[in-house]
Formats: sequence, C-alpha cells, structure tokens
Amino acid sequence: MAAEQSVKRDILSQDLEFRPSPQARRLRSFIFLILSNLAVIIALGTLIILIADVLISGTPWLNLDFLTRADSRFPNRAGIQVALVGTLYMMALTIVIALPLGVMSAIYLEEYAGKDWTTQLIEVNINNLAAVPSVIYGLLGLQLFVRWLGMGRSILAGALTMALVVLPIIIVASREAIRAVPQSFREASLALGATRWQTIWNHVLPYALPGILTGNILAASRAIGETAPLITIGALTFVPFLPRDILDRFTVLPILIFNWTSKPQREFHDIAAAGIIVLLGTLLLLNAVAVLLRAKLQKRY
Amino acid sequence: MSLLEASIMRADASAKEQTLAQPGDPAYALEARNLSVFYGSFCAVRDVTLPVRKNMITALIGPSGCGKSTLLRSFNRMNDRVPGSRVEGGVFFHGQDLYAPNMDVVDVRRRIGMVFQKPNPFPKSIYENVAFGPRINGWHGSKSQMDELVEASLRRAALWDEVKDKLKQPGTALSGGQQQRLCIARAIAVQPEVILMDEPCSALDPVATLKIEELMQTLKQDYTIVIVTHNMQQAARVSDYTAMMMMRPDRAGEMIEMDETKTIFSRPRDKRTEDYVSGRFG
Ligand SMILES: Nc1ncnc2c1ncn2[C@@H]1O[C@H](COP(=O)(O)OP(=O)(O)O)[C@@H](O)[C@H]1O
Ligand SMILES: [Mg+2]
Repeated sequence: MAAEQSVKRDILSQDLEFRPSPQARRLRSFIFLILSNLAVIIALGTLIILIADVLISGTPWLNLDFLTRADSRFPNRAGIQVALVGTLYMMALTIVIALPLGVMSAIYLEEYAGKDWTTQLIEVNINNLAAVPSVIYGLLGLQLFVRWLGMGRSILAGALTMALVVLPIIIVASREAIRAVPQSFREASLALGATRWQTIWNHVLPYALPGILTGNILAASRAIGETAPLITIGALTFVPFLPRDILDRFTVLPILIFNWTSKPQREFHDIAAAGIIVLLGTLLLLNAVAVLLRAKLQKRY
Repeated sequence: MSLLEASIMRADASAKEQTLAQPGDPAYALEARNLSVFYGSFCAVRDVTLPVRKNMITALIGPSGCGKSTLLRSFNRMNDRVPGSRVEGGVFFHGQDLYAPNMDVVDVRRRIGMVFQKPNPFPKSIYENVAFGPRINGWHGSKSQMDELVEASLRRAALWDEVKDKLKQPGTALSGGQQQRLCIARAIAVQPEVILMDEPCSALDPVATLKIEELMQTLKQDYTIVIVTHNMQQAARVSDYTAMMMMRPDRAGEMIEMDETKTIFSRPRDKRTEDYVSGRFG
C-alpha cells in the first residue's frame, strides 16, 4: 500500500513542461556539419594539391629510360634504377629477416607464453618499441651492425636495421591474426591427438596467414618509406652503380629524392617529383594488396 | 555415495542379473575416482566418483553451471588448456590414471575423442577434415587406404551418402547437423575408444538432433559414449546410464546420483533428481 502511494506521488506523475528550442538545436548541428566538412576539405584538399603538383611536374620525365638509368650529375641523364633496385633489395631483405622473427615471436606470445609478469613486460616493450622514433634504431644499427659487426654501410646492415624498425609492426599484426583464429579449431585439433605444434602448423598459421601477410605488407611499405635510420647508418646519397651483392653500398628512393630536391637546378626538382610518383605507386600497390588480403580474411569463417 | 553402494542399489533395483562392478572392473571404459577439478582456487567439480561402462551411453545431466562440461573435459584432459586449472583424484583408463605424471596427453586425446557443442569442422574440405586426425597421428596408409578410411569414418557417422559426391567441398558449407556428423566422423577416424560429447545437439534442429541420436545408438556397438545434455528427453531416449549433477551452496558441482537411466527417470532416490527430471527445477 505504502509503496503504491509513493509511486503515485513521484515526479513522473506530474505534468512536466518540456521546452525544446528547435532553432537553436538545428543551428548547432548545422555549425557542426560545416566544421566537419571543412576539416575533410582541408585534409583531402592538401593531399590532392600535393599529388597534383607532383604529377604535373613529374609525369613528363616518367619513362623507361628514367627507370633504367643510374643517377647522374646531369638531370636529363639521371635515373632511379640504382635507388629502385636498392629499395627493392632493402624491402625484400628486411621482410626475409623480420618475417620469421616476428611471426615466431607472435606464436610464442599467443600460443605458448603464460600470462605472467615476464610476458606482460615483453608485451609492454613491444608496444613501446613501435613508438620509438626510427632514427634511434638507426643509431643502434650504426653501432651494432655497421661498426661492431663490421658490415659497413651495406644493404645487409640497412636491412637488419630496418628489420628492427618493422619488427613491432609484424609482431602486433601477427598476434592479432593468430588471436582471431577461433579457439574451437585449436580444441578440435588437440582433441584428435594433435600436438600443440601440429595444431599451430596445420590450423592456426594457415587460418591466420592472410592477416599475417597483411601485417608484413604494411611493414614492407613502412620499410620503403623510412629514410632516417638509413641516413643514420650512412646510406649514400649518390651511388652511380648497381649493388653487386648485399654487402655492397647502396641508396634507396627516399634518399635519392631527398638528394635531388636539395639541388639548386629546377630540373632536379622535377625528376624528384617523378621519383615520388614511382615511390607512391609502389606504396599504393602494396597497400592495395594488403586491403585485398584483408577482405579475403574477413570472408574466411 | 560409494561405488559399491551404487552397485548394490542397482542390483536391488533390478531383479535381472547385474554384474557388481568394482573399481578397476574391465566393464568400465573410464572411471573418475574422487575427482575434483579446480579453476584457480574455485572448485568447479567436487569429489566425483563416476564409472563409465564400456559400449554404453552415459549421460551427464544437471542444471547449468553445475560442472558437467568441466567433468567431461577432464576425461580427455582438455581442461589442461585452461591456465590455473588442476585436478585432485584421478580418471582411470585401462587401469592407468590419465593424470599420472608420465601420461602422454596427446595419446590420451587420440584414444578419448571429443565432439563439441558447436559443430567446429575445420575450414578445409570434407575429406581433409576426416583425414587430418590419422595423418597427424602418424598413420602411413597409402592414398587408397586413406580414401577407404575416410569413407568408412563417414559411413559410420551416417554422412557418406550425403557427401560422397562432394568430398572436396569445404566442411563448413554443410548444414549444422551434417557438420556435427562430420565432426563425429573426424573423431572416429583416429579409432578412439571413448567419445565425449558436450551437448552435441544443442545447436541443431529437431530433425538433425534425431539423426545424431540414432547415430549414437549404432556407435555404441563400437565405442563408449559420454554425453552431456540439458535435454531430459534426450537423456531418457539415448542413454543407458545417467549421472545427475548438482551445484552445492559453495557453487562446486557434485554428482548426487548415478544409475541406470530408466531408474533415474522412474524412481530416483534423490528428491532433487526427481524434481529436476520432472521439470520442476532448473
Ligand atoms: N575456463 C574456466 N575458468 C574459470 N571458471 C570456469 C571455466 N569454465 C567453467 N568455469 C566455471 O565452472 C563452473 C562449471 O562450469 P561448466 O562445467 O561449464 O558447467 P555446465 O557445463 O554444467 O554448465 C561454472 O561455475 C563456471 O563458471
Ligand atoms: Mg556446459
């Protein structure tokens, strides 16, 4: 009885007076709409202007000769061949080094490591490493690979340094891909008498592969774009000859582009734009492959 | 309740001749003895003594959360996967404790197979789903022998006629009931002695459920089956023996009664069992 009466007398049983102000509310959402549109226009506009500028000054120089000629002191004889080959070498070698290390670390962390404080410590460190400025990896590479291990300013030293830069990316992406494999597959496999490793090799890795590859492609595109660590270990700016092997000196596209833009002649700035087009094209291609793989991953189960 | 008491009561209950099985009796395929299972400090199953008879279907019933799955998963050491889980007591299989320190878990799991609640075929072909088990267990049959093994397994799982023309298609493209039978075929292919089933029909429609239940009746000629089910009618329909589990006030699960299924459903000794099987509870 008492409860019933108190319900009757509560505030919801009175007539509440609502005074919405439609104009003010509409105005506020309109202002917000304008602001967010403006933000998009500024961001996209800058990008479009940048790309347009590069395309306009670079396209006339873009031809087969440009791709197959070495660098030169004369802009109309300079090409990107050496730097392009250097970039491809770097990228391939970086992935060859970082992929097994990264994937194995991810497997260890996801499938074997317990949840104790050492694992936590490793985890925190990997996440922090991803945020370390790459020039610092360059300093490490300079001391460790170039000097102590005596590799000199070689592709190998560069790739090892770059592998350190991209390792956290690969580990984090691979862990996510491995974690996304449903537990039910692991249990089904183990219940048949498979060992842990048989389960990982036959089920976890194959199902996680698209995600792992995506991570590695993103790592590869990072490796292509990074310049600072390579400058730190002393990759050269002017290299007129193709590298003979991975212990040879080298240059890469971003360094070549940087070198050209710092020259006084106008033509060098234009061929730098042409170089940028090639670099952007490669990056775009890699990212497209990554997106396709990711789409495939989502279809899986 | 001790084993002996249970056996005596069973003998009393039925005028027919009953074997008074003792611990270690060869009539038992699997035997939990004073088994307790812990997740960290939480005791999920307390002091369960449960004999599982050979070539019989034993059902585990009881309200949700009372530890049925936990008990079942301790029979093939699947609970080892849960960090912090541990057992006290033992599970005996051919006179050996599955939890003995020198026991090979991989071999245990091959000989005591498992079918899960949600059908979980691998995202591979139907053929590969069945062939995977024999292959990773080091069976070196020829291609034609493997074909034969795959066919025999699918036949025993009553799936062959439905899939014989599409063995190369993914197992995940089958219907739920077919997927579950594929999982049974996959389990059979490694020649287990015992098959553990954790609510194998709870994700299936009534027709698919009936198929699996019929299948279980033929399977028990060759295998021993332990099934967890929340469906009383199913337990009554398919099982020979039923173990009733219940949660204690401290949330630990215990087995309150085990007997022939017809006894459990007609004259259970425990009032709680009677309430539960008649639907007045849980
Ligand atoms: N992996 C786990 N970690 C911790 N507690 C668990 C885990 N699995 C189950 N439990 C607990 O153990 C008890 C029994 O669970 P379960 O065996 O799944 O019961 P049932 O199958 O009878 O519904 C529940 O209280 C549940 O919360
Ligand atoms: Mg359960």
